[in-house]
Amino acid sequence: MTPDAFSPAPAPVPSSSTAARWTKAGAWVAAGIVLIAFPLVFSTPAVTSIAVFTVIFMAAATAWNSFSGYSGYISIGHAVFFGSGAYTIALIALHLHLAGGYGIFWYVPLAGVVAMVIAVPVGLIALRTRRHTFVVITIAFFFIFQLLAYNLSSLTKGSAGILLPTPPWTGVGFNQHFYYAALVVLVVAVLLSAGVRHSRFGLQLLAIRDDEDRAAGLGVKTTRVKLIAYVISAFSVGMAGAVWAYFLGDIHPQFAFTPLFDLAVAIMAFLGGLGTISGPLFGAALLESLQQYFTLQYSAGDLYLFAYGALFLVVIVALPKGVIPTVADGYRRWHERRTQAMVDKTGRMSGAAPPLAPNLRTAMETGPGVKR
Amino acid sequence: MSTQLIEAIIDGVLTGGLYALTLIFGMLEVINIAQGIFVVLGSYLSYALWVHAGIDPFLGLLITIPALFVVGIGTEWAFLRRIGDRDRVAMSILITYAVSLLIEGALDIGFGTTFVQLRVPYFSDTWHVFGFYLEYIYVFGFIMAAVLLAGLYALMYRTRFGASLRAALQDRTAAALIGVNVKRVSTISFGIGVAVTAAGGMVFGATSGFDASSSLDLISRLLTIVVLGGLGSIGGAMGAALFMLVLEDIVAVVWSPVWSPVIYFLMLLIVLSVRPQGLFGKLATRAQ
Repeated sequence: MTPDAFSPAPAPVPSSSTAARWTKAGAWVAAGIVLIAFPLVFSTPAVTSIAVFTVIFMAAATAWNSFSGYSGYISIGHAVFFGSGAYTIALIALHLHLAGGYGIFWYVPLAGVVAMVIAVPVGLIALRTRRHTFVVITIAFFFIFQLLAYNLSSLTKGSAGILLPTPPWTGVGFNQHFYYAALVVLVVAVLLSAGVRHSRFGLQLLAIRDDEDRAAGLGVKTTRVKLIAYVISAFSVGMAGAVWAYFLGDIHPQFAFTPLFDLAVAIMAFLGGLGTISGPLFGAALLESLQQYFTLQYSAGDLYLFAYGALFLVVIVALPKGVIPTVADGYRRWHERRTQAMVDKTGRMSGAAPPLAPNLRTAMETGPGVKR
Repeated sequence: MSTQLIEAIIDGVLTGGLYALTLIFGMLEVINIAQGIFVVLGSYLSYALWVHAGIDPFLGLLITIPALFVVGIGTEWAFLRRIGDRDRVAMSILITYAVSLLIEGALDIGFGTTFVQLRVPYFSDTWHVFGFYLEYIYVFGFIMAAVLLAGLYALMYRTRFGASLRAALQDRTAAALIGVNVKRVSTISFGIGVAVTAAGGMVFGATSGFDASSSLDLISRLLTIVVLGGLGSIGGAMGAALFMLVLEDIVAVVWSPVWSPVIYFLMLLIVLSVRPQGLFGKLATRAQ
């Protein structure tokens, strides 16, 4: 079979090796330390501002992947939840007359809940369809929400937008508060994504991705499973949208509901590796920071559009599986060759498993509960 | 009925017919999201030829149609034929979306982000017929669309290439088995689909102001049409295009332009909820 981006993404490292598992755990801890320490080390406002946007998109891409990556249903309409979260926090701040400060962050989960509530009817309608029809329905929902944000001006103030209260923080600390708020959302998104992935529920999602009819035949309640994953994904995206809106300070329909967001999260997950946990994190960290840097450096959104499109095309053509799975495959092949060489030298099997059929091996490694 | 409504209907028929055809030719398991930006690219080419070289937009089609044909063939060859075997449709959506961003960025850099419109003096002259005053651009545009539709219909149903294309639309594998060069047919038909947008783009640029981001509006409409009609159904795409564009124009004139896109998308949701395969599409034997 030709390589394609929708084939199951194997785990980054072979689960057989204890050393590899420690390496993996170490990498996660290191990444966590880097993320926590980053704004303290690089405290220039220009840099921390880029970092805030990057962390927000890492959360959004992770959340998108926890539905689309696992289930294979490509949603190009998650901006609905991002925008809903953004508008929720803005409207709460407006109508409760909240002053700028920490207080507003407590309403971020509420924005996530509102996004979840919106996701239920949207998901019920959209998930009746599959494949390209699903993609188009999600796009249609996106445009409906954007048009509503423009036209329901009694609620959303239309294209005039809504101004959020300005926090009282000054100087270096200003961005840092937002950074850590975004980081909390990111941690929640990653935990939810990993929780889904390493559960029976996640296995059911993967089964739906591989063959929905067969999964249903084996007793997976496909509609319920898909809808729950969709709603969970909306929760994190809504929270990311809320932090984003508060950080920007004002929101407008064309920015809160932008088709660029729809595509951006998909591309980030694709670039890193669809259906993996680290993939969307890597993709978002790379793409969003580049975009923000371009905007800051050249104040040229056009150049960014151009670069974005070009980069994605290169990735699709050169690395159809995404960066993380490609690197992991390369590592696994190298590892197997080395083990094979050791086996040849000693003349006996030294703990290396016999080669399995590729599809069986993939299934075992994708299945989190299965230890080899 | 007012002149406005007649113009709306003509506009719907004209753009609907043209867009539908451009889509059919790109429909070999490909949903082309970049079609919107190709239309805008056609508008800009006609605009540039008129403003800088003074070439009449209708005459300029002799340049813009071949130019977009080359762009289309290039896109198909460089990216779309490299898609793997599974989920070709979903992958094609992502790839053409990226192509669309690429071109949008290039157009923003080249032409800036201010709205322009193709203003040719005689386009807005009116023609008095049956008590209505119709602008020339609608009259000539309608004639041009009719000629193109007839030509493409002949290509589709009266030539060997058309037979190969229809065979490939029905079943790629079977078509390949009976000796159709599916890759070549895909490339050429995609090129034709993009080439025709030059004509649609010219009329679009003359009847409304545009910039590169206008393509986003167009994408949603085009997608709606192709999915509503049913992927792979030729008559379906035509019917859906005419129905939706006329509906949208009528709602805009009779009620309010603000809400006409909402009606449009609601219609799409309702139809697809009841018939996920579209109005005229055949149900996939084994989906997902």
